[in-house]
Formats: sequence, C-alpha cells, structure tokens
Amino acid sequence: MNSKTIIHIIRFFFLVLTQVLVFNNLNFLGFINPMIYILFFYWYPVKENRAILLLVSFLLGITIDLFSDTMAIHTVSCLTIAYIRSGIMRFCFGVNYDFQNFKLASTTTLQQITFLALLIIFHHFIFFFLEIFSFSNLLLILKKVLIIGSASLVLCLLIRSLFSIQKK
Amino acid sequence: MQQIINFLIKNKNGLLYVFLLTIALGLTVQSNSYHQSKFFNSTNWFAGNIYQTSSNITTYFSLEDENKTLLEENKRLRHLLFNKSIEPIDSTLIDTTLSYSLTTANVVKNSYSLSKNYITINAGKNQGLEQDMGVMTAHGILGIIERTSSKFSIIQSILNTKSTINAKLKNSNYFGSLVWDTKDFNTVQLTDIPRLVELKEGDTIVTGAMSSIFPENIPIGTITDYSLNTSENSYNINIRLFQDMSNIKNVYIIKNENLAELNELEKGIE
Repeated sequence: MNSKTIIHIIRFFFLVLTQVLVFNNLNFLGFINPMIYILFFYWYPVKENRAILLLVSFLLGITIDLFSDTMAIHTVSCLTIAYIRSGIMRFCFGVNYDFQNFKLASTTTLQQITFLALLIIFHHFIFFFLEIFSFSNLLLILKKVLIIGSASLVLCLLIRSLFSIQKK
Repeated sequence: MQQIINFLIKNKNGLLYVFLLTIALGLTVQSNSYHQSKFFNSTNWFAGNIYQTSSNITTYFSLEDENKTLLEENKRLRHLLFNKSIEPIDSTLIDTTLSYSLTTANVVKNSYSLSKNYITINAGKNQGLEQDMGVMTAHGILGIIERTSSKFSIIQSILNTKSTINAKLKNSNYFGSLVWDTKDFNTVQLTDIPRLVELKEGDTIVTGAMSSIFPENIPIGTITDYSLNTSENSYNINIRLFQDMSNIKNVYIIKNENLAELNELEKGIE
C-alpha cells in the first residue's frame, strides 16, 4: 500500500460522491447530467496491470449503479472503456505509448483532450444504447450522446485543469 | 492441457472482461424483464444512508416552499371538509376501518432524466410499506413502490417506460393507460382512449377505478394536445402533469386495506 494506491482510492470515492450527489442531480435543461467519473480512467496510470484495472472499473461502475438505480449499465460501459483503454491510448499517442517511460504529462494538450473525448464517446454510446435499448430511437441515442457527451467533456476538462499538477 | 493453460494465461484479460461483462449484462437483463433486482438498488443501507444525509442537508433550503405547499393543501382539504356534511371528527386518530390508509415519507433521491426513472424515499418495511403500493404527492400521482428494504423504498416513477397506470377522463369516465415516451419529464401520454370520445384541451385526467393500487379520482394532469394513433381507432393524448416531477419532497403512500381480500377473490375466478 504505497501513497499512489491511497491517492487512487481517495480519487475513487471523490469521483463517486461528486457524481451521485452533485452531477446526477444537475439536470441542466431537464436532461443533461454530465458523467465526470470517466476522469478515473483518464487519471489511471498508463502502465498498470490490466486485470486490476478491469476489476476496479467493475467496482466503480457497480457503485455508481447502486446509487442511481440504473441496473448495471454504468458497469457495462465502464468495463468496456477499461478494456479498450490501451487501444484508445495507442491511437491517440502513437508510437510514444510503447516507450517504457511514457507519461501522460509528456503528451500535447490536444492528444490528451482527444483521449478524454474518445473515452467519453465510447462510454456514453454504450450507456445510452443500453439505457434506451431500442434501434428505433437511434436518433435520440445519438442526440443524447452528442449533447451529454459534450457537457461531460467540458466539465471533465474543467475538473482536470483544477487538479492538474503544476508544470515547472 | 499445456496449450489450454497457455491460452488462458495469454487471454486472461479478455476472459476476465467477458466474465465481468456477463455478470453486468445479466444484472441488467434480469431487472429489465422484471423488477429491480433484490439487493442491487439504492434501498441498501449504504446508498440509502448517504442519500439520507445529503437530503437532510438540502431539505432546509426548500422548507419555506414546502410549508406553502402543505398550507395550500390543508386549505383545500379544510374547504372540502367545511362544505360537505360529513360526520364531525371527534379524535385526531385516523380511522383504520376505512379501505385506504396513508403513510408519509420524504424523497431522498429523485431522477427524471433517464428513460427508467426511480425515486427513493426514506420509509420502508419498518413503516409497513410493501411492494405495489401507490405513491402520490399533494398535487397528483407519482408512481408505485417497487422494492422495499427495512428503512428505504424505491418507487417506479410514472416517468418510467415500464410503468402503465390506469387513468380516465374526469368528465366522461372513459379509461386508458398512462405511459411515458421519455421525451419530456412534465408530459406523459394516455393511450387506448377510443376515437368516438370527444376531447378538449384542458380536460382533467384522473386515476381510474380499474386499479387496485390507487383509489379512484386522484388528479394526474390536463390534456395539452391529442392525435389519432397510426391505426386511427384510438387517441394518443399528451398530458401535462399537475406535479412538477423535478421538485418532489413530501409524498403519501397509499395502502389498500382490502387488497388481500381482492386478490383472494380474483384468485378464486382464475
């Protein structure tokens, strides 16, 4: 149990509580509830045991589901982005990702935003697809993914800059 | 054997993903087809108590509005009481020989932006609540209790695609079922009203007599617009709810005292 693990655990609870107590009750314009807990996957260390990441994402999803009575659809979307996370990273950061001493902070801001945006798009698409669960409402699903996804992205970027490590 | 083990080690992440995904999808499908799963909802003490703490803090900010609503309701009920010749009440106790009894509770969690919305309240089995009891507010109906734990209950809101409630037109007594098309959280739809019925915008919709959950004539909302459905034999009616679904604090839970007898009777027929 080193200090990094403790930071992850604190971050886990911080994100779950802000999500369920603040952002799930936001209801901006009646339906926009941004999902900021996706930042967990953004902040999670790059080179880490994938099995542990999958288990942690399962736990994260199921905790959010417990609070919001959404069956297990947060869990499914969390698990999926945890699984495809390394693929998205390779897509965003290119060959740099394969280097041993690769760090998120060493990439450009644009790459970081693309990474976050892709995580959000995949997560929201799976989430709203399972939540509405019909092909006849494909347009509604896309509309929700687009609008709520952009709201999530803006808020995640704000929170990210709030807690970012100062570059020297 | 060696190859099988090698295969398992090589694909352990993929297999773990599939395994966890199956669990999650299983939970989703199971609660999609029937009720919320037994433990996997916000009535458990962990989520329930966190919501309770949060609601304890936030309710103070709306106390004034709540008092106004309750005063309005009391005024309406007193008005009814004084203008009707009912036997004078000689005690403040509630008569338990009546066919419906009421319990009160506070909302600790409300949602209305999803397609299957649930509301959590801070009363449960300890207060005598059970599955399939009706829930209403001072302004109109809210939903039906779906799960109870010892201290909390979860309500299937009328803003839930799984919900169908028997409702009727107040002045003509034609009944249909109340459903929600997920588009607007203050508008629900009444279907199965036959074409021959005359409708007017602004007509009041109330709960029907076909339900053993709700008493008859609880207000629901007014007609905003209507159109014939695709087969042109019945109407689809949009109804604006009396209750603002985004602002719910105090609720009443209705218990039908005759439910056991009614179920017994219905069982005898089948």
